[in-house]
Amino acid sequence: MPMDWMIIKRVFVGGGKNFIRGGAVSAATVLVMTVTLAIIGALIFLSALLTFTLNSVREKVDISVYFVTTASEQSIFSVKEQLEKLPQVASVTYVSAAEALTAFRGRHANDQLTLQSLDLLGYNPLDASLSVRAKDPSQYESIVNFLDASPALSASGTSIIDRINYDANNKQAIDRLALAITATRQIGLAVIVLFVIASILIAFATIRLAIYTSKDEIAVMKLVGASNAYVQAPFVVTGIITGLIAAVIVLLFFWPATWYVGAKTSAWFGGFHLGQYYLSHFFVVFGILVLSGIVLGGVASVFAIRKYLKV
Amino acid sequence: MIYFDRVTKRYGNTAALDGVTLSVAPKEFISIVGHSGAGKTTLLKLLLAEERPTEGAIFFESVDVNDLPTKALHHYRRKIGTVFQDFRLIPNKTAYENIAFAMEATGRTDEEIASDVPYILELVNLADKAKHFPDQLSGGEKQRIAIGRAIINQPDLIVADEPTGNLDPINTYEIVEILKKINELGTTIVITTHNKGVIDAIGKRVITMDGGKVVRDDAGGKYSL
Repeated sequence: MPMDWMIIKRVFVGGGKNFIRGGAVSAATVLVMTVTLAIIGALIFLSALLTFTLNSVREKVDISVYFVTTASEQSIFSVKEQLEKLPQVASVTYVSAAEALTAFRGRHANDQLTLQSLDLLGYNPLDASLSVRAKDPSQYESIVNFLDASPALSASGTSIIDRINYDANNKQAIDRLALAITATRQIGLAVIVLFVIASILIAFATIRLAIYTSKDEIAVMKLVGASNAYVQAPFVVTGIITGLIAAVIVLLFFWPATWYVGAKTSAWFGGFHLGQYYLSHFFVVFGILVLSGIVLGGVASVFAIRKYLKV
Repeated sequence: MIYFDRVTKRYGNTAALDGVTLSVAPKEFISIVGHSGAGKTTLLKLLLAEERPTEGAIFFESVDVNDLPTKALHHYRRKIGTVFQDFRLIPNKTAYENIAFAMEATGRTDEEIASDVPYILELVNLADKAKHFPDQLSGGEKQRIAIGRAIINQPDLIVADEPTGNLDPINTYEIVEILKKINELGTTIVITTHNKGVIDAIGKRVITMDGGKVVRDDAGGKYSL
């Protein structure tokens, strides 16, 4: 067997034996790593929930462009096409006057007085409209400015746009919402980063403690003539095994946990089901947790053992 | 083979070794005696490059040990087999694995290990305890495993710091006999001890230390403090 493969084999076998024979120390380290990775996993779900919620709020914001009753559908669709070409526009939905009337009757189904007044009019007073959603609430002003700068014209030369519901109050509300979304996202990310750092530090401390229990053993290995790399490598393998096992435990635990929590809370979160999210993003979560486990376990071992190699 | 040239080692204001000059020829068996704090263990630590001297130089086969870079120390230590008073076996390795580790560290093949380790276990009369862990062995058995680990790579020098310090008289006798046998086969041995019986049983050169200095150096000396 070539020398390199022989040494690699010995390192992995040694690391595996260290882990198995470590007993309570190995078990305790796995437990702490499991908690750390569970926190990281929970933060992945929290981030997903935050994104879902913010997007839901964002989708509820739109502006409506109302057209005069004499505007033809063709001219309205022309405006729709122009708006859809704008990079800041996410979607444009056409609501005809008839559809607006139907929706109005539906909203006021229990308000007989209003419905009777509408019937007395004898005609549909509601305008056709375009409901415009921007990719970000901060972009509505630019859309309105576009419409103001290039007004749609009818055959007689007057604008077919009756009004746009983007006045000072709306603008203020939308601007505040945009700020709130940005702030929430930034704070959310900061909280997530803080928790991840705290979890990593706890994992590092635990592995450092586990290696501390082997410091005499490390000194003997050095005095017997082992190189730093040959002493260190099996401990790194042990750290990686610890991280891997912890990741598997967390992934298995998340399966029933996310479905249980998802079933209880999806109504609160506007339809966001944790279990379905986990299922649909399993490989991403798997990748993040396994990689985190390996990196945490391996890197922590490298740093923890360095101090005891100075013999 | 070994030459200490006016070696001094200070810890703060205390001189653990003070201007020590001594030489060790190949194949010698040297016992270093002295009270606690005389500097015996410090002498061995400097030889193993566990510590660096404050002044002076230590030569091993004409190489100044102090000049060795840290990265090269493990190569140097492979030439020296070490036996400790507290055995210092690796607790989660079996007797076989403890001895084999010394060979693995030098990059020996699995075939060589499979051939040599059982032979050494036979030599120290522990072939039947190969799969035992250190906590399943007696003090004497642990020390024999430690000696097996020290000699497996056929080093030029064996250094033993109070090898019988934690052993009863019978095990002490066995360990001394093993060391004498190893010396007869051509390995230089340096031990530290304050056991009169061990010194008298060996009957070879005795270096007496006191207060960090060498106060006596008797070829074929007896124990006297």
